[in-house]
Amino acid sequence: MSAVYLAFGIIIPYAALFIFVVGLVYRVVRWARSPVPFRIPTTCGQQKSLPWIKSKKIENPYNTAGVVARMALEVLAFRSLLRNTKTELKQGIQKLIYKDSKLLWLAAFVFHWTLLIILLRHLRLFVEPIPGFVISIQRLDGILHILLPNLYITDILIVLALGYLLFRRAASAQLRYISLFSDYFAVLLLLSVTLSGIFMRFIFRVDLVSVKELALGVLSFHPSIPADAIGLAFYVHLFLVCTLFAYLPYSKMVHMAGVFLSPTRNLANNSRMRRHINPWDYPVKVHTYKEWEDEFREHIRESGLPLEKE
Amino acid sequence: MTDGTKKPEELLKLDYTPPKKGWMETPVDFKKGTYCYSAPQKHQEYLGLPYPRQWQPFDKDWKLPENWKQIILDGMSDRLNKYRSFRLYMDICVRCGACADKCHFFIGTGDPKNMPVLRAELLRSVYRKYFTLGGKLFGKMGGARELTEDVLKEWFYYFYQCTECRRCSVFCPYGIDTCEITMMARDLLSLVGLNVGWVVEPVSNCFRTGNHLGIPPHAFKDTLDFAIDEVADLTGIKVDASINRKGAELLFITPSADYFASPHWYTFLGYLMLFHEIGLDYTWSAYASEGGNFGLFHSAEMMKRLNAKMYAEAKRLGVKWILGGECGHMWRVVHQYMNTANGPADFLEEPVSPITGTKFDNAKATKMVHICEFTSDLIKNNKLKLDPSRNDHWKMTFHDSCNPARAMGLLEEPRYIIKHVCNNFYEMPENTIREYTFCCGSGAGLGSDENIEMRLRGGLPRANAVKFVKEKHGVNLLTCICAIDRAVLPTLLQYWVPGVEVSGLHELVGNALLMKGEKERETDMRGTPFKQKES
Repeated sequence: MSAVYLAFGIIIPYAALFIFVVGLVYRVVRWARSPVPFRIPTTCGQQKSLPWIKSKKIENPYNTAGVVARMALEVLAFRSLLRNTKTELKQGIQKLIYKDSKLLWLAAFVFHWTLLIILLRHLRLFVEPIPGFVISIQRLDGILHILLPNLYITDILIVLALGYLLFRRAASAQLRYISLFSDYFAVLLLLSVTLSGIFMRFIFRVDLVSVKELALGVLSFHPSIPADAIGLAFYVHLFLVCTLFAYLPYSKMVHMAGVFLSPTRNLANNSRMRRHINPWDYPVKVHTYKEWEDEFREHIRESGLPLEKE
Repeated sequence: MTDGTKKPEELLKLDYTPPKKGWMETPVDFKKGTYCYSAPQKHQEYLGLPYPRQWQPFDKDWKLPENWKQIILDGMSDRLNKYRSFRLYMDICVRCGACADKCHFFIGTGDPKNMPVLRAELLRSVYRKYFTLGGKLFGKMGGARELTEDVLKEWFYYFYQCTECRRCSVFCPYGIDTCEITMMARDLLSLVGLNVGWVVEPVSNCFRTGNHLGIPPHAFKDTLDFAIDEVADLTGIKVDASINRKGAELLFITPSADYFASPHWYTFLGYLMLFHEIGLDYTWSAYASEGGNFGLFHSAEMMKRLNAKMYAEAKRLGVKWILGGECGHMWRVVHQYMNTANGPADFLEEPVSPITGTKFDNAKATKMVHICEFTSDLIKNNKLKLDPSRNDHWKMTFHDSCNPARAMGLLEEPRYIIKHVCNNFYEMPENTIREYTFCCGSGAGLGSDENIEMRLRGGLPRANAVKFVKEKHGVNLLTCICAIDRAVLPTLLQYWVPGVEVSGLHELVGNALLMKGEKERETDMRGTPFKQKES
């Protein structure tokens, strides 16, 4: 039995962490090594041109501050998803209607933020003494004071958000059509991680003191399986988390790193103000003025236009 | 309008429900009217394109080079290492579907492969198969598929069914830009000799003669003389205009359609009138007689080859800086690519308006100013006498062209001009203007006659918004700052919203402009009588 605990409590987590770190670094380095030959920001507002025309400094940034603000809005508030509309064609009156459609934004926003809060809450298992902000987050998250142990708001929200994202993908014919197996797998994996955690808290209780002992051991590179049994549910949860971590860099979830590198969002729209260099630029075959004049010399002369060479 | 085109009611019978069968199992169907023909061999050869040959998309055999698959895969590998956008956008899409109904081609066809996400998946699936471990291990389960001739045909069909308008990129939470992906795909297709005629022919013309339409220098001179006469008939003023004149202060470059097509022509007249009135010391060029750059719709290399003429000519003529006319994709190139690809323009000066003294700081490196920036500055500084009532016969709306809107942010300058040159201006609904603007559906080299059904479909969302303001405010003119718009929108509007004309912005400027010593004008440039003033 101890070999199984060793595998699921220590070896697999180390392996997953290793695969996660190596994979993520590999992906980011791979992207970063491909240069950005041209400045191609997608401009979503008025450019900076004449001084009396008000420019959109964030939606169409011309300097680094603007880009930072644009990226912050994109990463923290999912700005672009907030623009979402749903297009409908009213056949009878032959009209296209664009309806506001913010549910995708809401679900994505709620999912990502609750995931972050839940991750931060988990810090109490990895840090001793528990930092004050972690305790505050935990207290706020449990402010409803219902059920025992205290039910976290984020636990409800993340399940709702993931449930909606899964439902949305499965229910819409268009989304089903574009979905790959991995799209369902990602959301199901996240759901199973979440649900196994919630079950562990409310039904299959585990010994948190031992969990922390294991976690601190693993983090300090002195891993050992605690003497008191933690409980099977913990190992199920941990294994799912390990799967998620190991899978993440090789899946679409790697967008968490990729979004920062997107050239349509992270560049300033200043290519007429400052010259940008293409590192792989090479000379191309052009049609010179001389060649052009040589071909059309007689016509140019007849029409009275100036010539370089008479 | 070509005969045999379906009626609007028929085209509107759209079903957005995708088919039962998965997209990987659905091969492409080349339906007449929905794709572009290939390029004539002589133009492929003139440009030195690889594997020049006669072939057509409807042929069963595309006469691909024997090792075509290797060429494409090597090309992909090369571009993945050259463009971060490409590698990143192959990796991070989560298929959330936010882009799906933002594409004018999806809205107009209901074809699921026109959802930007799926258009990109056409390429991504091949990327996964050959460049990722997951794709190699799990195959179809991992969203990967073999590169076959059918896949290549599908690429050709759908990547020449994207106008690189970037609307989807506005809505994507990661900014994934289908335009980038389409550019890569077209570049790859070109490696095995797959090009469309409506791109390669103008490119070849432009490379040789200096402009897309293939107008030789003497014909350009004739047309300019003709325009000068026409302005004289209209205003009684003989305007100054020169070609290839050394020592002029500015070089003016605009799309060649402006001086050879209709309704562009009136914008051309507008330029001539404006520049004469303010006494601008400028010259046209017959060598760099094209603002547009269809090379952009082919490959980055071809874009650079054509664009090189602008700086080369500015240098040869010894001008101080360059002024650029109304055009969409031209400004994508000038604004986002030119200085990087063909700069530095250290032989030019930082642009200053010779009329108002305004420094165009936003263009101080590239040294090229947009005509709307230039004219709005003139108006702001009270340098023009304008009578907006001379455009009172128009009730107009403004179409933001894709590139000035989403690759530049030129939104207020044209509106400022509009508000000073006409009295009846009505905006289309918010979701269809500014950064949300809808493409004309014929951009990026898709404007050919044989592609008419697809163009009409792609133009539906734009036209539908025009219809809205027509019914609500009686709009009878759509004005725009793009030569492709001016070339294609008349056909599309005639089909979807009959009774709405198309114009360039400087046509309206020309109408409103009170020129020193002009004779009493009774009609606008098109010969339409001015509306009688109610006294």
